[in-house]
Amino acid sequence: MRRLHFHIAFAPTPPLTLGDGLILLALAGLLYVGVRLALAAPATVTGAEISLAPQALPWYAAASIGRMSAAYALSLAFSLAYGYWAAHDRRAERVLMPLLDVLQSVPILSFLPVVLLSLSVVLPTNVAAEFAAIVLIFTSQAWNLAFSFYQSVKTVPRELREAAAGFGFGRWFRFKYVELPFAGLGLVWNSMMSWAGGWFFLMAAEMFTVGNRDFRLPGLGSYLQSAAHAGDLHAVLLGVAALVAVIVALDQLVWRPLLAWAQRFRLDSVEPAAAPHAWLRELLARAWLVERFRARIWYPWIERIDARWQRGPVARPLPAPAAQLGARALALFALVVAAAVYGGARAAQLLATLPAAAWMEISVGLGATLLRVCAALAIAAAWTIPVGLAIGTSPRLAAVLQPVAQVAASVPATALFPVVLLAVLHLPGGLDLSAVALMLLGTQWYLLFNVIAGTAAVPRELRDSAAMLKLAPAERWRVLWLPALFPYVVTGAITAVGGAWNASIVAEYVEFAGIPYFTVGIGATIARATAAGDYALLAGATLAMVVTVVLLNRLFWLRLYRLAEARFRLE
Amino acid sequence: MPHAVAAPAVAPAALLQLESIGMAYGRPPRLFYALRDVNLKVAEGEFVCLVGPSGCGKSTLLRLVAGLLAPTEGRVRYRGEALSGVNPHAAIVFQTFALFPWLTVAENVEVALKARGMAAAARRERAQRLIEAVGLAGFENAYPRELSGGMRQKVGFARALAVEPELLCLDEPFSALDVLSAEALRGELLELWIRRAMPTRAILMVTHNIEEAVELADRIVVMAKDPGRVLTEVRVDLRQPRRRQDTAFQALADHVYAVVTGRTGTEAEVLGAAPGAPGATRKLPAARLEAIAGLVEKLAADGGRADLPRLAGEFGMELDDLMPLVEAAERLGLVRVEHGDLHLLALGRNYAEASIPVRKEILAGRVLRVPLVRWIYETLQRDDDQRIVRSFFVDALRNEFGDKADEQLDVAIDWGRHADLFAYDEDAVELYLES
Repeated sequence: MRRLHFHIAFAPTPPLTLGDGLILLALAGLLYVGVRLALAAPATVTGAEISLAPQALPWYAAASIGRMSAAYALSLAFSLAYGYWAAHDRRAERVLMPLLDVLQSVPILSFLPVVLLSLSVVLPTNVAAEFAAIVLIFTSQAWNLAFSFYQSVKTVPRELREAAAGFGFGRWFRFKYVELPFAGLGLVWNSMMSWAGGWFFLMAAEMFTVGNRDFRLPGLGSYLQSAAHAGDLHAVLLGVAALVAVIVALDQLVWRPLLAWAQRFRLDSVEPAAAPHAWLRELLARAWLVERFRARIWYPWIERIDARWQRGPVARPLPAPAAQLGARALALFALVVAAAVYGGARAAQLLATLPAAAWMEISVGLGATLLRVCAALAIAAAWTIPVGLAIGTSPRLAAVLQPVAQVAASVPATALFPVVLLAVLHLPGGLDLSAVALMLLGTQWYLLFNVIAGTAAVPRELRDSAAMLKLAPAERWRVLWLPALFPYVVTGAITAVGGAWNASIVAEYVEFAGIPYFTVGIGATIARATAAGDYALLAGATLAMVVTVVLLNRLFWLRLYRLAEARFRLE
Repeated sequence: MPHAVAAPAVAPAALLQLESIGMAYGRPPRLFYALRDVNLKVAEGEFVCLVGPSGCGKSTLLRLVAGLLAPTEGRVRYRGEALSGVNPHAAIVFQTFALFPWLTVAENVEVALKARGMAAAARRERAQRLIEAVGLAGFENAYPRELSGGMRQKVGFARALAVEPELLCLDEPFSALDVLSAEALRGELLELWIRRAMPTRAILMVTHNIEEAVELADRIVVMAKDPGRVLTEVRVDLRQPRRRQDTAFQALADHVYAVVTGRTGTEAEVLGAAPGAPGATRKLPAARLEAIAGLVEKLAADGGRADLPRLAGEFGMELDDLMPLVEAAERLGLVRVEHGDLHLLALGRNYAEASIPVRKEILAGRVLRVPLVRWIYETLQRDDDQRIVRSFFVDALRNEFGDKADEQLDVAIDWGRHADLFAYDEDAVELYLES
C-alpha cells in the first residue's frame, strides 16, 4: 500500500480556545450518558464460537470486509455532508471545523468499552458488537475524509467557481461537475489511508474481552486472536496469510483502479509521468455487458436525476459572508451549550465519587502510558530515520525495500498483537514489552514513509552542495538532513502518536487463553474498570486520557508542526 | 456595421447600463473602494473594451455585469431591469479558460447547455456544431490537458457561444495565449462578430493590450485606479479590417497609451498621506526595490527618455507588469511619466551615475519620504523596545487597504529593509529598529 507523506489538517485556530473547552465538556456529557447506559449492561456476554478450520477463513474474511465496507460507506456519506456544510455555511464552519479538529485527536479506542457496553443494553449483544465495530471503524475513517473534502471545496479555483455560476449551475450541478471532481483525487488518497487505518480498529473491535463479557464477532481479527489463544501456530500463520491476501487483493482490485481513474481529476495540465496501472478497469471498460448497462440504464437514469435536481436558483460563486446569528440559531446554540454544561456537570458529579486513590491510579497510569508512547516513538525514530534516508537516497535500495515495506505496513498492528503476545508473554516484563511492541508496530511505518518522502523532497542541488563543501557526515546531518527531514518526521510522529495512544487500550490489559494479564497504564485502568463494572473509574480514566491527548496535541504537537512548516519546509 | 451610431431621435437601445456603481470593502468608517461611481452604457451592436492599469477594477466590473458579484452601491441594469443574481443573458470567456479538466471538450460545451435544461440530443447537436465552428472537429473527446492554450480557449469560446448569449463578456481572453494563437483567435472572433454569425448583440471585453482594444473595439473605456473609476472613453471609428501598421491606427493607439499611463502629479499627490492622517493613503506599487537600478540605468542609457510600451517590449515584459516598477521609481522621485513617456529626473541621473553605497543612501533618503514607510519608522521609534509585532501594523493598515493590508505591509517592509530603516524578524513576526 503506497503512502505518501501526510498533510495533517489542522484548523487555523489558536491552540486551546473556549470552543475546545465546550467540546470537551460535551464529550464528557456524552461519556456520562454512555456510562449511565452501561450500568445496565448484561453481566456476562458470550461471543460467537470461532472455528479455526481453514475452510472457515473465506467466510471470516467476507464478514470482516463487509464490516469495513459498511463503516467506509457511512464515513464517506458523513464526510461529504459534513464537509459540504462546513464549506458552504460560514456560520456552521466556525463550530464544525474546531469540532472536527478535537474529534480527530481523541483516542478512539478509549471509547470502545463505553460504546460496547451502552449499545449492549439497547441491542442484542451480537448486534451491539457489530454496531460498535462499525461505529469504531467509522470514527477512525471519517475525520480525515471530511477534512479533505472540506478543504477541496474551499479551494476550488475561483475561475472554475465563476464558470459554474456564470453558466447557470445550481447546487447539484456545482457539486457534481465542480466540487466532487475537484475533491476526487484527495478523497481517493484519504480513502486509502482511512481504509488502512480501519483494519487496525476492526481487528481490535472483533474481539474485545473484559471479565465475564466476551464480545466476539466472526471475522479475521477474532480468528487470529483465537488461534493465538489456542497456541495454534499453524492457524496463526494461515490467518495472517489470509489477511495479507485480502489487503493486497483489495489494493489491486479496488484502490489501484480507483486511483488510476481518479487521475482525471487532477487540475494540473501535465500528464502524470507514470499513470498508475489499472488492468482491471481497462478490461471492464471494454466489456459488452458494461457498455449495454451504461447506455440503457445508467445514462438515462443520470439524465433524469440531473434534470430534476438542476432546477432551482443558480448557486452563488462564493459563500455569503457570515450573517449575524439569527434568533433561532442563537436558541439552538444556547440549547447545545446548556446540554453540554448539564452533561458535563453530571459527569463531574459521577467523577466526584471517585476516591483520591483512583485519581492517583489514573495519573500514574497516564504517566506510564506516556512513557511507553515515548519509548515506542524513540525506537521507531531511531531505526526509521537512517533506513528511510538510505531508501530515499538510493534508487536501487528503494526498488528492493519499498515494496517489502509496503506489504509489511499493510498488516494492521492489532492483527499481529496476539502473535507478539504468544512470543513474549512468558518473559519477565512481557506485557510491557508487548505493549511497546504493539505501539511500535503501529507507528513505525508512518515515520518510515514520511522520512522516505522527506528525503526525496530534498533538492538535488542541496545534496550536491553539501558534497561539494566536503561536509563531514556529522556536519551533513546537522545542516542538511535533520532540518530537511524535520517537518516530515513531525508530521509522521503526530499520526504515529495518535495510533500509539489507541494501542494502549488493547495492549496493557489482555486476557490470553483465559488468564488476565495487566500492567500499569491508563489503558489497563480503562479495561480493568470495564471488567469490574467500576463505571465512575471508567468515565474518569477515559476522560483523563482524552483530555491529556488533546492537550498534548494542541500544546505540543501543533506548535511543533507549525514551527516545522514555517521554518523547515523546503517546498 | 457594428458601429452604426443610432440616430439621436431614437433612444439608443441600451442593453446594459451601470448606474453609479461602487464596490467597497471594509467597514464604514474607512471603506476601501475597488470601484467608485462608475457609469457606463453598452448599446446593442457595440463591441466595448475596458482598459486600464492593473488594480483598476476592470475585471471586477466585468463580473458585476455577469452577475457573479453584486455591487455594494448603485445598480446594474440589463434591458432596463435591475440585475439580481447571475445574468442569464451573458456568458463569460475567462483568461485562464476555466474549463473543467475532468470533462472532455464536448462535455465541457454540453454541460453549459445541460444546466439550461436542454435535452440530450439537442445539446449534443449544438455542441458538435460549435466545436466545428471554432475549428476543433476531431477533438470532441479530448481532455483539455491534451490541448494547446489556443485550442483550450477555442473550447472556452465554443462553450460561451453555445448558450447563445446576448452579451458576451471576455476577460482578457487572449492574454494567456502565445502571440500567433492570439492573433488567429482574434481574427476568428472578429469574423464571427462582423458577419453576425452569432446571436450575440454586444461584446464587453477586458484587456490590458491596447493594440488589441484598438483593433477590435468600437469604443474603448479607459479606467484608472485608487479608486477604480472610468477616466474617459475613446471612440474607435476606424474601418474593419484594421491594420496595426496604419498611421491612423498607431495615432489612436498612442493616444490611448498616453491616457492610460497618464502623467505625474505634484509631489503631494504622488506620495499621498500617512495612514490615519487626513487625505488618502496611496497604495505602494508591488515592486521590489532592487529592480529599480535596472530601470534607471536603462533609461539613462537611452538618453533619459523612453516610450513606455517600447520599454516594456525591450524588457520582454507586459506593460502591466512594468508599471508597478515605474510607479515605484516615480514615487521615489527618480522618474516622471508624461504622455506615455518615461523621463529621467535629475535625482535619477545622479542615482544612475552613483556608486553602490551612494545609491543606497539616495534610496534611503527617498524611501523615508514615502508616508507609509515613514509612519512605520516613526511608530517604531516611539516604541520603548523599538520592536512591534507585525499584526499591529496590519490592523492599522486594514482601515486603509482592507484585505490588501498584509500585501502592502510586505512591500513597505521590503522598501524599509532595502533602505536600512528597519528590519523584520520573521520568527518573532516583529518589525524592529536596528540599533
